[in-house]
Amino acid sequence: MTASGSEDAPIAYRIRGESATRKLAGRLAELLCPGDVVLLVGELGTGKTCFVQGIAEGLGVRERVLSPTFTLLREYTGRLPLYHLDAYRLEGPGDLSDLGLEEYLEGQGVVVVEWADRVRDFFAGDCLEVSLCFDEGGEARRVSLRFRGDSWRVRLPRLRGEKG
Amino acid sequence: MPSEGLILGIETSCDETSAAVVKRGGEVLSLVISSQAGLHARYGGVVPEIASRAHLETLLPAVREALGEAKAGYEDLAGVAVTRGPGLIGALMVGLNAAKAISFALGIPLLAVNHLEAHIYANFLQFPELAPPLLAFVVSGGHTLLAYMPRHREYRVLGETLDDAAGEAYDKIARFLGLGYPGGPEIERVAVRGNPDAIPFPRALIRDGNYNFSLSGLKTAVVNYVRRREEEGEPVKVEDVAASFQAAVVDVQVYKIARAADEYGVERVVLAGGVAANRFLRERLGKELLRRGVRLYYPSPSLCADNAAMVAYLGWRMLEDGETSSLAVDAAAVLPLGARLP
Repeated sequence: MTASGSEDAPIAYRIRGESATRKLAGRLAELLCPGDVVLLVGELGTGKTCFVQGIAEGLGVRERVLSPTFTLLREYTGRLPLYHLDAYRLEGPGDLSDLGLEEYLEGQGVVVVEWADRVRDFFAGDCLEVSLCFDEGGEARRVSLRFRGDSWRVRLPRLRGEKG
Repeated sequence: MPSEGLILGIETSCDETSAAVVKRGGEVLSLVISSQAGLHARYGGVVPEIASRAHLETLLPAVREALGEAKAGYEDLAGVAVTRGPGLIGALMVGLNAAKAISFALGIPLLAVNHLEAHIYANFLQFPELAPPLLAFVVSGGHTLLAYMPRHREYRVLGETLDDAAGEAYDKIARFLGLGYPGGPEIERVAVRGNPDAIPFPRALIRDGNYNFSLSGLKTAVVNYVRRREEEGEPVKVEDVAASFQAAVVDVQVYKIARAADEYGVERVVLAGGVAANRFLRERLGKELLRRGVRLYYPSPSLCADNAAMVAYLGWRMLEDGETSSLAVDAAAVLPLGARLP
């Protein structure tokens, strides 16, 4: 991502446990607007699906959020429609064009992408990138948020303000 | 030339292109499975666009071959059965559209089949004496689901995965351990030489009173274990990791299936889906059920895998039930077990 990281330092958190991941994601969900794109990056087992489950909870989704690796895309209904995409099986951005994803990007929902580093170039517009890393020998996670676009610059401090 | 009316089955929900011809009553006259596993191996999983293209290329040759082996022609068909979902949407559409065209051109009924139900019916196809009530455990690359089946074609879903399907977790862990694809057989192959008790990986949800499954915590535990060993400069014995991982997955499955067998008082349990081919699961589950006087059934490997014989067989039963489908039926990426068409 040509992150605005140079001018806006990424926001970083250190959290412990699945419930903390869910809680942070839930708070992020409160900031989400129609058309938002959230890219999730992180190794196997860092809690990407868990993060999406937190976003879904925060959006008031009642259905169960499962890993979309097999079906590639799952849709959920909440305060905003949630489109949960998994790029694990994809080779590159070209594969996404074949999915007709443009329709979702221009829609009224929120697109959340797991394994987004594989298809990052597909998302040219404003977006938030959440990267999850193992920390403290796997006991904790380091979560960094970077963004592109003014709307995130305005919104994100509301999350930062509640840090801790 | 057979005259009693044959059912053509078509299956394209994931990475196998399959066509089969089944006689009324269930005798399989031919089964053609063209696997794309080789095409997807280097990606460590199915790539949807590759799958759809491969289905397009191989489906009609597979149908022709299935008819040829059955010594039948299109004129002998009484119906065409096809998987409608769940699965990869683009892949499903290839099979469904072909089936619709055949149905329309020949003026024979279209039978749109639920893939999960077809997996369960692979057991009835293989064991004619088998009858409900029973428990069905559907476990594959895309699904993990335990259902109580009181009568034919009726299901109560008792539990399913809260995150990853079993086959998916096998694929991801196999890739992480540097093993091949598909992950299930690879993990099993390596695990045979490992110690399943070497590493005490967590048994998720085993004490919860429900029948749901979760594998994300286990996945994380495996990754953490390997990372920690590497950081400490200790060797990682892949055989032990694979065996201990597999044991953690299977222990929870066996425990919950056995508990459900007690609760529902069934005498029969069927395994269905690709992961039903896992010998470790079959042995452990078979042993645990035997102590309760419950018999375990599972189809032969070719009927565990995605295949069109089970689709044609279920299609035949639907035809008997008068449950034919409209040509307007859509493919469905997500399709619950037991969902009937309007």
